[in-house]
Amino acid sequence: MSNPQQLRYSKEHEWLSALEDGVATVGITEFAANALGDVVFAQLPEVGDTVTAGETCGELESTKSVSDLYSPVTGEVTAANQDVVDDPSLVNSAPFEGGWLFKVRVAEEPDDLLSADEYTAFSGN
Amino acid sequence: MSTAPRLTALDALHRSLGATMTDFAGWDMPLRYASERDEHNAVRTRAGLFDLSHMGEITVTGPQAAAFLSYALVGNIATVGEGRARYTMIVAQDGGILDDLIVYRLADTEFMVVANAGNAQLVLDTLTARVGGFDAEVRDDRDAYALLAVQGPDSPAVLKSVTDADLDGLKYYAGLPGTVAGVPALIARTGYTGEDGFELFVAPEHAEQLWKALTEAGAPYDLIPCGLSCRDTLRLEAGMPLYGHELTTALTPFDAGLGRVVKFEKEGDFVGREALSAAAERAEAAPPRKLVGLIAEGRRVPRAGYPVVAGGKVVGEVTSGAPSPTLGKPIAMAYVDAAHAAPGTEGVGVDIRGTHEPYEVVALPFYKRRK
Repeated sequence: MSNPQQLRYSKEHEWLSALEDGVATVGITEFAANALGDVVFAQLPEVGDTVTAGETCGELESTKSVSDLYSPVTGEVTAANQDVVDDPSLVNSAPFEGGWLFKVRVAEEPDDLLSADEYTAFSGN
Repeated sequence: MSTAPRLTALDALHRSLGATMTDFAGWDMPLRYASERDEHNAVRTRAGLFDLSHMGEITVTGPQAAAFLSYALVGNIATVGEGRARYTMIVAQDGGILDDLIVYRLADTEFMVVANAGNAQLVLDTLTARVGGFDAEVRDDRDAYALLAVQGPDSPAVLKSVTDADLDGLKYYAGLPGTVAGVPALIARTGYTGEDGFELFVAPEHAEQLWKALTEAGAPYDLIPCGLSCRDTLRLEAGMPLYGHELTTALTPFDAGLGRVVKFEKEGDFVGREALSAAAERAEAAPPRKLVGLIAEGRRVPRAGYPVVAGGKVVGEVTSGAPSPTLGKPIAMAYVDAAHAAPGTEGVGVDIRGTHEPYEVVALPFYKRRK
């Protein structure tokens, strides 16, 4: 398992892409996807929602459990990944790519986001 | 008090296969190896291999072993033929279910009682307490056995390639001693998946050799190792109760819809008879909540403890729920008031974290294999 270098990470196991015109893409890490098991239902924030760093903004449901989805940053949601809503297993099969969850226009970032190496050390993976 | 989890004889093997391990009734058990959905589908369509060494084996021997078990359990164990097995229960004096069990009659005066891991000590203690006055002996054999299961439509073919035992002559719910892959085993045609399959009780020191031989024999059939996660979805689809979910000390077998396992006609008294007679009459006069199946119309998964609702009122409770790989929808077992328990009842939902999601009421099981 390798965590892409160009991403940043939260301690809640989300990843955050670099900003493009102020907008970042958010997903959960491969480590988190593996820990969840087969994801079968995803409730994502909706376009226009305001999400807050460290607060819940959705749900990921796997065979065994329900997990809250946290936002790694504060801002306004500009897109939710309909492909994941239609086929939640994308979160398992391509967590850093097709399994992204939502895009957010970042208003504020917490100062404790981790680099890939820091996250690898933090998660042990 | 915290104690280290117990490890099965196959622990190192599971870790080498990359299993995700989980604590289960004090045992460190494989939850899944890769995708639990793939494991589930392997058992439904081909074959899967399980380590079930956490189950509790208790041997009962002696001239009055049969009479003793008929007294201590709700079933009529005296009528179980040699080489056959029976599903039964052990209840408290008040009729509450202590555990559900499979009892194998290995010989005229020798039985093996298989208890759930979480209840094994209680079952052992209870049997030991009840054996007084009978010419019989209760022996803790939990450490004497590892238990492997091959389940799925291809399991007879897989097993045949590594044993000379007469599998065609081995009926469902029967067991015979034999040799599998050079290892002495009690071969039982039982399981908990809704599929044809076999459970193999062997000495722990033989478990790894047997696992490897079965893996090799199963390769042409795409047999894969399977964990407890898919075992739960398999048994749920098959409508089989799980202790702690559908069965508890608060319920009698009649409340659980399993009154048929209670044999009032058997010779002699048995523990719980009086309470169970009353429970049977109560169930007749005023039907208790009924165990039904629920199929989701949406994609949100009901979990144990979630309320079943109808017309804005709570009419039941989910006991087990999961996404069903075979049906492609979330399913649940639930105890529901008789008024809402008929298959097709309109307007039934499950309160999923505050939202009432619509569900279809169906008869159990959700899945039945073709014979």
